[in-house]
Formats: sequence, structure tokens, C-alpha cells
Amino acid sequence: MTLPSWITQETIDTAIKSVQAVVILVGMVVVSAWMIWLERRLLALWQDRYGPNRVGPFGLGQVIADMLKIFFKEDWTPPFADKAMFWIAPAIAMAMMILGFMIIPLGDTLWIADLNIGLLFFLAIAGLAVYAVILGGWASNSKYSLLGGVRSTAQTISYEVFMGISLMGVVMQAGSFNLREIVHAQQEQVWFVVTQLLGFIVWVPAALAVTHRTPFDLPEAEQELVQGYHTEYSSMKFGMFMVSEYVGIVMVSALTTTLFFGGWDVPFVDNEGWFLSFLSFSAKTFIFMCSYILVRAALPRPRYDQIMAAGWKVCLPISLINMLGTAAVILWQTPGASS
Amino acid sequence: MSLQDIAFYFFGFIAVLSTILVIVNPNPVHGLMYLVVSLLAVASVFFSLGAPFAAMLEVIVYAGAIMVLFVFVVMMLNLGESVIRQEQAWLRPSTWIGPGILCAALLFPILRLMLDGHHTPAGLREIGPKEVGIALFGPYLLAVELASMMLTAGLVAAYHLGKHD
Repeated sequence: MTLPSWITQETIDTAIKSVQAVVILVGMVVVSAWMIWLERRLLALWQDRYGPNRVGPFGLGQVIADMLKIFFKEDWTPPFADKAMFWIAPAIAMAMMILGFMIIPLGDTLWIADLNIGLLFFLAIAGLAVYAVILGGWASNSKYSLLGGVRSTAQTISYEVFMGISLMGVVMQAGSFNLREIVHAQQEQVWFVVTQLLGFIVWVPAALAVTHRTPFDLPEAEQELVQGYHTEYSSMKFGMFMVSEYVGIVMVSALTTTLFFGGWDVPFVDNEGWFLSFLSFSAKTFIFMCSYILVRAALPRPRYDQIMAAGWKVCLPISLINMLGTAAVILWQTPGASS
Repeated sequence: MSLQDIAFYFFGFIAVLSTILVIVNPNPVHGLMYLVVSLLAVASVFFSLGAPFAAMLEVIVYAGAIMVLFVFVVMMLNLGESVIRQEQAWLRPSTWIGPGILCAALLFPILRLMLDGHHTPAGLREIGPKEVGIALFGPYLLAVELASMMLTAGLVAAYHLGKHD
């Protein structure tokens, strides 16, 4: 049997890569949706109650039931809203968080985009994700939404600054923005959480702030702002905001794993197959996802000015010191650089 | 025409179109959104020319930080219907004549340069972040230091202006 001439090795590779990318992205969104169930069950466990356990085994069907319900709700656009902006905001929220997952390698061969500017791509995505909240808050044309949008903008701008700087230590040690090379560098050296402990300490609050999770959920503080920027949203538009938050959690947990905890690396194993590396990566990511929920369960929400002060007066200096220190040590250890 | 060329012209067209829409749109927030689209299109043009580092900085610095501050200020002012009517009144055909002539005068030398044929082709190879860093802290070190000193001066001045008495 002869193959048609257009089927070359290149087209087959492209097809395999495309299918792989779609599978990874769809899998990630599904995992994010089920994280809603995970969060409710874990919170319930820690508060000594059951949580959703009726629909399907262990209540796993709850997410499907909720999604069906939210699809059939009335999709209401307020007459006083700016329609175009109001509709585009949830789409930006969802799209940006999914795009961010593109650069994360799940294993040495399991990846979607192998960009040499990988980490910068994440920072760009994090910067653009603010527009979802700003536009949602502004276009709703309501006081609570606008206040939520304003808060979110100030918070994100402040926390983005040192988020970028805190990651530069990792980039310097690995010598690349490429996330696969960062993991390879960790396999040769140690996991960067050891050498970049200060960077990791600053990265954790910044990562929480990016996803607008408790204790950094001031943009949607329900006691003061009803629901903040998505007060006026209903039906699947609200659903997209909600799921995008969980997609963000999965994405940031995966990024934490990749940058500080060796990605797919298994300690003391030289050549992990794709299955073992995927397993190791998922397990680490799962631990961080659960710790997000634990943080929500354990910590109260600070005042707004406290959050801003902590960002500018504590985290920014620490990240700057970490960057200078890392640069100094690398320069000291590089032979011939001191002359 | 290669794939890069198609991408270049496609995103270049989007950039020009959205920039025109920034000018003619009476609603300030919609105008700013078109400006964001324009910046993203310019970043894509950089990508198609083989400069991914410049493209990402364009998105992070301009679209992700500066434009967010613009939108923030416009949101805080919360300009209503009256401003849109004012803008529409300003955008009469007679106001276009002066700026139109000036733009045409600028367009002429650009078109001449393009049709001249004496230009170096761009995007022959991809310039990664490492090469940009080596260039910035090698031959262009003085310019980088001068720029950083100017930024520090700006920071100090902004701090002084924002100080509470």
C-alpha cells in the first residue's frame, strides 16, 4: 500500500503534535472543572462535614449537574452595560488562562509549545489577563463592579512587578527562559526551591494574587462588594469567569512545579519514561492545587491597604535582593568573569 | 510568498486598521481597546520578523502595563455620554484636513524609501533573548546605563510629586 505524496514525516509529526496539544488543553480544562468539586469536598473535610456526595460516585457528577444547570440559566445582559466589552471580558479571562498552559512541559516529550521565551510568554499572559477583570468591572456599569475592577487593576499591577523579578533568579540559574531547559537545569543541579528559596517565598503570594484567590480575592470580596467585577454576570458568562479562576490555579500550580520543584523530574531516577514523568508532574501539581484550597480554608482576607503595603514594602525588596544575590553568586562561580 | 510574509502582512494590516479605529472611535475605552489590539498586532509583526524577545516585551510593557494604567485612569474618571457627544462633535470632516495633509507629507518619504529598493531584508534569522542581552550589555552598555539613570530620575520625581506633606 502506498501513501499519498502529501503524507510525509513532517505532516505526520504536525498531526501528532496538534492532537497532543488539543488533548492536553481539553484535559486541563476538564481537570479545572473538577477542581470545583475537589475544593468543595476538601473544604468540607476540613470543616467536619461531607460536602457534595450525592450525584454519582463520591459526588463526582456534581460538576456535570452544575454545568448543565448554568448552561440553561437565563443569560442576562444588563441594559445599562456596554455590550461589546461586557461580552468579551469572560472570553479574555478564559482564553488567557488556557494560553498560559501552552508553554508548560508535562514531560520531556509531552509539551505543546517549546518557546525560547517561555517564561516571558507567561508574564505577558498574566499582564493581559487583567483586562478581563477591568473590562468586566467597567462594562457592567455598576458601582460594586467598578470598585472591584479598580482594586484588581491596582493589585495586579503591583504584584506583577515583583512576580517577574522573583522569577529572574530561576532564569539566571538555568540560563534560559525556556521551561524545558529550566527543568533540565534542575535535573543537573538541584531543585530551584533549594537555591531560590527567597524567590519561591515571593512567588507564592504573587501567584495567589494572579489567580485572585483568597486571601488576595479583594476584587470580589463578597462582604463589601457583593461579587466584585462579576456582580452583573449570569449564566455561562459567570461560569467562564469561575472556571477560568480554576484554570488559573491549575496553570500556576503547574508553573510552580516546573520552576521550583523540578517539573517532571523524579529524584534519583536517571531516565524516566513519559509515563513516570507525567505521573511525577501531575502528583506535584496536585499537591499545589490542594495547598491553594488549604490556604483559602486557613487564612482570613487582609485589608486592601495591607495587601498593597505588603507587596511594595516587603515582597519587592526581597525579590530585588534575591536577584542581586543570585547574580553575584553566578558571577563569582563563573571562571574568568571577574577580570 | 512564504508563511512569514503572509503573517507579516496580515498582522501589519490589523495594526494599521486598529490604529485608525483608535483615532475615529468616540468612546475612550473602546479606543483604548483598539490600541491594545494594535499593540498586540505589532508584537505579532515582531514575531514574524524573527524577534520574539522584542515581541514579548511589547506585550508585557505596553499592552500589559502601560495600557492597563491608561484604562485604569479612564475608568476612574468614568467619562459618560457627554464626552462621547463632545468627541463626535470634534470629529467633523473639516478637522481632518490639517492632520491629513501632515500625515500625507510623512507618508511620502516612507513610500519613497520602500519603493527605492535599497533596503536590508529583515527576519533572516531568529534573534533570541540571549543575543539581545549580549548586545545590550556589550556594545550598547552606555545607552543602557543612560536610560536607566533617566528612569531613576523619573522615579524620584514621581515619588516627590506624590509625597504627602
